[in-house]
Formats: sequence, C-alpha cells, structure tokens
Amino acid sequence: MGELLEIRWHGRGGQGAKTAAQLLGESAAAAGKYIQAFPEYGPERMGAPVLAFNRISEEPITIHCHVKHPRYVVVLDDTFVGKVDFTDGVPPNGALIINTALSPAEMRRRLQLEGNPIRVWTVDATKIALETIGRAIPNTPMMGALVRATGILKLEDLIEDTRRKLEKKFRHKQEVIAGNLEAIRRAYEEVQEG
Amino acid sequence: MSVKTVAYTGNEAVAQAMKQIHPDVVAAYPITPQTEIVQIFSTFVADGLVDTEFVTVESEHSAMSATVGAAAAGARAMTCTSSQGLALMYEVVYIAASLRLPIVMPVVNRALSGPINIHCDHSDSMGARDSGWIQLFSENAQEAYDNVLQAVRIAEHKDVLLPVMVMMDGFIISHALENVTFLDDETVRRFIGEYRPDYYLLNPDHPITVGAFDLFDYYFEHKRQQVEAMRMAKPVILEVGQEYGRLSGRSYGLFEGYRLEDAELAIVVLGSTAGTAKAVVDGLRREGVKAGLLKLRVFRPFPREELAQALRHVRALAVLDRSDSFGVVGGPLFAEVRAALYDLPERIPTVNYIYGLGGRDIDLEMIGRVYADLAEIARTGRPRELVTYLGVRE
Repeated sequence: MGELLEIRWHGRGGQGAKTAAQLLGESAAAAGKYIQAFPEYGPERMGAPVLAFNRISEEPITIHCHVKHPRYVVVLDDTFVGKVDFTDGVPPNGALIINTALSPAEMRRRLQLEGNPIRVWTVDATKIALETIGRAIPNTPMMGALVRATGILKLEDLIEDTRRKLEKKFRHKQEVIAGNLEAIRRAYEEVQEG
Repeated sequence: MSVKTVAYTGNEAVAQAMKQIHPDVVAAYPITPQTEIVQIFSTFVADGLVDTEFVTVESEHSAMSATVGAAAAGARAMTCTSSQGLALMYEVVYIAASLRLPIVMPVVNRALSGPINIHCDHSDSMGARDSGWIQLFSENAQEAYDNVLQAVRIAEHKDVLLPVMVMMDGFIISHALENVTFLDDETVRRFIGEYRPDYYLLNPDHPITVGAFDLFDYYFEHKRQQVEAMRMAKPVILEVGQEYGRLSGRSYGLFEGYRLEDAELAIVVLGSTAGTAKAVVDGLRREGVKAGLLKLRVFRPFPREELAQALRHVRALAVLDRSDSFGVVGGPLFAEVRAALYDLPERIPTVNYIYGLGGRDIDLEMIGRVYADLAEIARTGRPRELVTYLGVRE
C-alpha cells in the first residue's frame, strides 16, 4: 500500500488557503491520484487564522477524520511565527514550506528548529504574487513551492491543470491566468531549503 | 456508456445528480451546510442547463409545501435541507409521506439547535425517522451521488410510492473535495426513466381529491397502507441497487459488511465514520484481530432480519450513534439494532457509543478504543458500560 500523504495549510481568511488545498487536490486527482481537500470551518472571517488540509494517495482514501500528523505544512503568512506551532504533529521526515522574506536558516532559528530533522523551505510568495498577479495572494505560488519541496506532482502537470481551471473562470482576463502560472513557476524555482 | 471521474465536494456531487435527474420542480431554501446544493442548482437553472421550475420560497416549511403541491400535481419534485430547515418543514414532511408522494430530498446532516451549531451529527434526520420517509445514509460523496439517483427509482416504484431522504454528513462530506465518478446524462436519463404517475391533480380525465379529511373511518387503513409500502420498499431498494451496480460497477444493498463474515468484534455505524472505521479494521486485521464492521445504508425501512443474520456470529458488538435520545438507554441506532438482535437464539453482548455530536471529530484512535473494549467484552462475556460517550469531556 502506498503512503497516505497529508498536508496542512496555515493561512489567514482571504489568503486562499482553502482554494489552494482545493486546486492542489484537483490537480492531483487529474494526475490520477485519490485525494481529499477540506478546510476547517470555524468562525472564519477576513484575516483570522484558517486551516485547510489535503490527503493524497495512490489508493482510495476512506478515512474522514481531522488531519493530525501532516507530513507537509504550508504556511501562507509568516506573521504566525511564534504564535502557532507549525510543527504540531509533523513527523521527523516532514517539512515546513513557509511564505517569508527570510532565508530557511533564519526561519529555522526563529522557529527554534536548530538540529531538528524537519526540513524548512522558504520563498517570498507574497513578493512573487505582487510582481506576477499584481495582488498579495500567495496561494498559487505556494502550490509551486510545495510541489518543488515534496515532488508530489510534476510541475508541468500542476501548471497545465491550473491553466485549465483558470481558463474557465478568467477566460476574459488572460493576464490573470498568465500571472498565476508565472507565479507557480517562479516559486517552484525560487523556493530554498535550509 | 461513459464515466467521468472528477474531484467534487459532496454538495457539488449532489447538485450534479439533481441536474441529471432534471426534476420538473425544485423548491428549496438555503441553509448551512446544504446551501451550495441550492446555489449550484440555481445556477444550472439560470444558465439554461435544466428547465426545472425553481421556486425560491421564503422558508423550509414553504419549500416542503411547494414540493408536496408540485408532486401532487404530477411533477417530479425535489427539495433539500439540513438541521433547522428539516425541523421547520416537519409537519409537511409527514404529509408528503402519507400522501404517498415520491419526493427525493437530500439532507446534509447537521446538529439541531440549541446551542446553535453548524456541524455534523445525525439528530436532524433521526428526528424524522418515524415520519414515513425512506432514509438512505451515504459514507462519502460518491455514495451521496449514487443514492440520490437510486432514490428516484425507489420512491417512484409503483409498489412503494414513498418519499426518500438521502443523507450525507455535513462539512465532513458536503464540503470536502473527493474523487467522484459520474454516469453520463443519457445513462442517468434511461436509468431513472420518465415519471408517469397513475394519479395526479392535473389530470382532468381522472379527477382526484388529495389531502381529504380522514377520521376513524379510514385514517387507520391509510396508516396500515404506509406500513405495507415500507415493507414493499425493501425488495425494491435491493433490486434498484443491483441494477445500478450493473450500470456503474457499484452495487448497493441494505448495508455493507466490511470484513464481517468471520469477524468476532464488530461495530455498526452510519455515514462517513464507517470509512474511518474501515481503516481501523484493516489495522486490527494486520495484527490478527478478527475485527469487522457493518455500515448501515438503509435506516428506514430498517432491515431487521438481514442485519441480525449478518451479525449473528459476532462475539461482541458496538453500535455507534451520532445522535442521542434523551431519557432512554442509548441512541436511536442502538435501540433498533438491539431490538433486531433480540430474536437470535444466542445473545450477543451489545454496547452503545455516542460520538461526534455537533461535529466533534472521531479519529482512528477513538475507534480503536471501541474495538479494545469489545475485545474485553468478548473475553469476559459482559460489558462494563452499556452506553459510553466517546470523545466528550466529563
């Protein structure tokens, strides 16, 4: 039986954590995998901390409980640092992928993870989003960073599937589609491990 | 026939089923977590993908009233709801069943107020268990889609003519994206067929009265006929489940036994928790523990004999209830299962776990604890507690 991969997304209401989990799930499903994508529905409002989750597997997924031990954690907003324990439940072979201007080494120090086997990847996804999409919505670039850090999908599969979906929603706004796809590609290239 | 696998939420899958059923009338009022079904279906109407008469009512009481009116007139009519919405339509829910109107209603399970809560438990549909509706529970988005399509055939069968509720767990299924395989529109159209009622109001050649006053002279006979219709529903549900299996590769029965044939320790459960429990069963089997489970699909009509037959060999049994019944011993599923086992020659020690009220998570470890309790009950022959509250702070 293949591994059941679990991912947790940390974001603030409005940053697109739920959408990113859904887009990633759809792309993985289009690549022939079994998936789940779901947010944690609390009293959500713009700016409040929100969580979203993915499960991805080569086998059918039957469990429907909360994700407690995610192998990968994606953080859309570094203002959580020091307030939320991103490593909660993450196994030693896991990884954090964080949207921040800080280097992986600096972020590792901030998180007091020196000597911890959990890998830390960072990328300035907000800057990439501003330069490519024109808005500070870091969710699509963080999908690119996640795919690079984990290898759960091929970059080209993610880009092609995202293009298909955006073309349905933004067919009169080609610049939005091009910007999002460029954001994914840049974050894939710029994300760094340390 | 072609099939299409996509990533859909439970709500999207049910809206897709409704689009393919293409009812004559849908009258519905939005309520969390069902809202998306109504919203998505209304976009199908607005985009001209269906020519359903979509009635935007001002409450669920009106939603069910308009659906009853449409069905009595001779239309294929649907609505859908959750929680307080079902509670508000209550008096008309009974009327739909006693008028023998084959309405199909997806119910996205949500806890009843108070305190107010939007998350999943089964208290809403359990409250309607004596209303005369057939009740089908779904484990995941795929089953919700499949059950809604089959519900049309079951409801409209001439031996049945009863309304059907199709349940799925609020948020856990309704708002989670999963892989779902759809039938194509033409296959669905052929499967459900054209609706041709024998008696309906808009038929000037055969005028009828609907909803007449009915006292001690005939009321009792009409109730007796509802009992008979429920009895007739069981073979129809099985027949439709088999036929659907030939079309889709997914057959449906009254319940699903999972590693149950040789199980010594078993649980009975409804809805999405059955999927989580299957993973626990697999884990225990790898350790050599003979664990199994029975996922009940059809809660009404309750498959008493079949269930007792399927469970008669187990040494200890736990019934998991996602709703409680105050002032009696255990939840509604427990009461039914235990009564069904009463006529077996040997008594099976059977205990109840109330879990997940108001959306409280139930995880692998908690279900594992239930099986550990069962192992001890099988060893000692008697339970320590008849009813246990699983995952609550006490």
